[in-house]
Amino acid sequence: MSERAQPLIVGAGPAGIRAAMALVAAGLLPVVVDEAPHCGGQIYRQPPVDDGRDARARYGSEAAKASRLHRDFAALTERIDYRPQSLLWNLRDGVADLARDGVNHRVSFDGLILATGATDRVLPIPGWTLPGVFTLGGAQIALKAQGCAIGSRVVFVGSGPLLYLVAWQYQQAGVTVAAVLDSAPLAAKFNLVRGLPLAPPIVLRGMRMAAELRLRGTAIHFGVESVRIEGTTRVEAVVFQSGRGGRRLACDGIGYGLNLRSETQLADLAGCAFRYDPRDRAQLPVRDSSGRSSIPGVYLAGDSARIAGADAAECGGERAALALLEDRGLPHDRAQAIALEAELRKVDRLRDVLEAAFPYPSHWADDIADDTLLCRCEEISAGEARQAIKDFSLTELNRLKAVSRVGMGRCQGRVCGTAAAELLARETKRDIASVGRLRAQPPIKPIAFSMLSDDETSERQHEPAH
Amino acid sequence: MAMPLLHRIARNAHAPIAFTLDGVACEGRAGDTLLTAILCHGDSLRLSEFLGQPRAGFCQMGACQDCWVSLDSGERLQACATPLADGMRIVTGARS
Repeated sequence: MSERAQPLIVGAGPAGIRAAMALVAAGLLPVVVDEAPHCGGQIYRQPPVDDGRDARARYGSEAAKASRLHRDFAALTERIDYRPQSLLWNLRDGVADLARDGVNHRVSFDGLILATGATDRVLPIPGWTLPGVFTLGGAQIALKAQGCAIGSRVVFVGSGPLLYLVAWQYQQAGVTVAAVLDSAPLAAKFNLVRGLPLAPPIVLRGMRMAAELRLRGTAIHFGVESVRIEGTTRVEAVVFQSGRGGRRLACDGIGYGLNLRSETQLADLAGCAFRYDPRDRAQLPVRDSSGRSSIPGVYLAGDSARIAGADAAECGGERAALALLEDRGLPHDRAQAIALEAELRKVDRLRDVLEAAFPYPSHWADDIADDTLLCRCEEISAGEARQAIKDFSLTELNRLKAVSRVGMGRCQGRVCGTAAAELLARETKRDIASVGRLRAQPPIKPIAFSMLSDDETSERQHEPAH
Repeated sequence: MAMPLLHRIARNAHAPIAFTLDGVACEGRAGDTLLTAILCHGDSLRLSEFLGQPRAGFCQMGACQDCWVSLDSGERLQACATPLADGMRIVTGARS
């Protein structure tokens, strides 16, 4: 009997780390692929070099969790095949292509845990491509991993817990945070009361951050609409409507985001079934409570299949690994699996509350001006997309992409896909659930042409002689 | 040269790394990504392909693909994910 290949874990954030630990504990030697040079994912991202700041300064209230994950993963490195700084760009039956330093590496695997995480969800607003505008996650990475502020007078715009967290972190770091512009009305925040019994420390911490922001001079505006970023070659001001009046605030940096969106390209390449998820307002790969996808041997952990945050990612990573062990006929801790699922259900209830407290501005497509760029790669405006939808009677997202190039650029619709779906639904008066989703294509991120040709050469060399 | 977009609040005294930005001698710090090194000196990374508008990255986590820059050798690099290396000659095309 030939030996089975090892499982492959994609992502070394909280989900991937916990998955790797559970597999190693059962005697497997998983391959762990990660784009970053160090483990931790985006939330627990480590700086490239020691910058004199300790975990407390970097991760705040989550310092203990971050340090434990980094330590636990470091202890695994002898027993896993760790591939940092590697882009998994292509996937087919049991074989993955990894790009590292311009060289392709082909890895065979048996069992796949996707812990690919999430990126910021954004909806375009006028001026959002100006230098100085970053996503909330980007603003946080600048501070956390590079020790840089995105401006000297910064405004944070959007919705979601990250909006307040990043604003607070900037203020703590001594940066002037001129304002927080929350797209949700103040009334939405009363939903947080329902979250208190579910997760008292999380909810109280959020409330404390908002209070401290105000105390130290940061204005918080609720129900903010018609946000426009002004500047000729870089950010100079933000203009918005709030309550009865319009306001203009001078600033030189803006962090913007509307919660998060799952990174689902690899689940798509793996052939996973997708389904519309009303809470995330997105098409997401289907997974059951154990993390199993619709494809045998493919598991989905953490934010990669639905947004639930870092604590849930830790639970989900371990749970998915236990499912893989069970499916492989190996001993696994059934009681632990049940406990993890109970914890995941609890986090899920908290997410319902957070979604109500930080609602998504689903009316965005009603108001977005024609001259606002919708797709920042291909530089297609909202008006051009609207015209294409009308001229070609489009009702499906991939058709819109083919006709207008929206979502066809280098980011493969990671940035504009959400907005393109909203616009298509609005223009055709259809439900967002029925406009489809952008299909992923290999390479899922840009790779060098030279690498592609090297790879072809090596494949030819490996072909058996006839 | 334009006013920097980013402001350092850590690693100010780390080892200097020399590079050039559109021919101008610059200094980064050990631990810098290309994005950080460039935007601590100027305010854009590149001009957009179709409209020629300045861009300076967006997500800083390798997703949005907005921060590709070129070396004078023609090699293209993702600025947010590439460590600055001594002697790099970066061409943004965004300055005259």
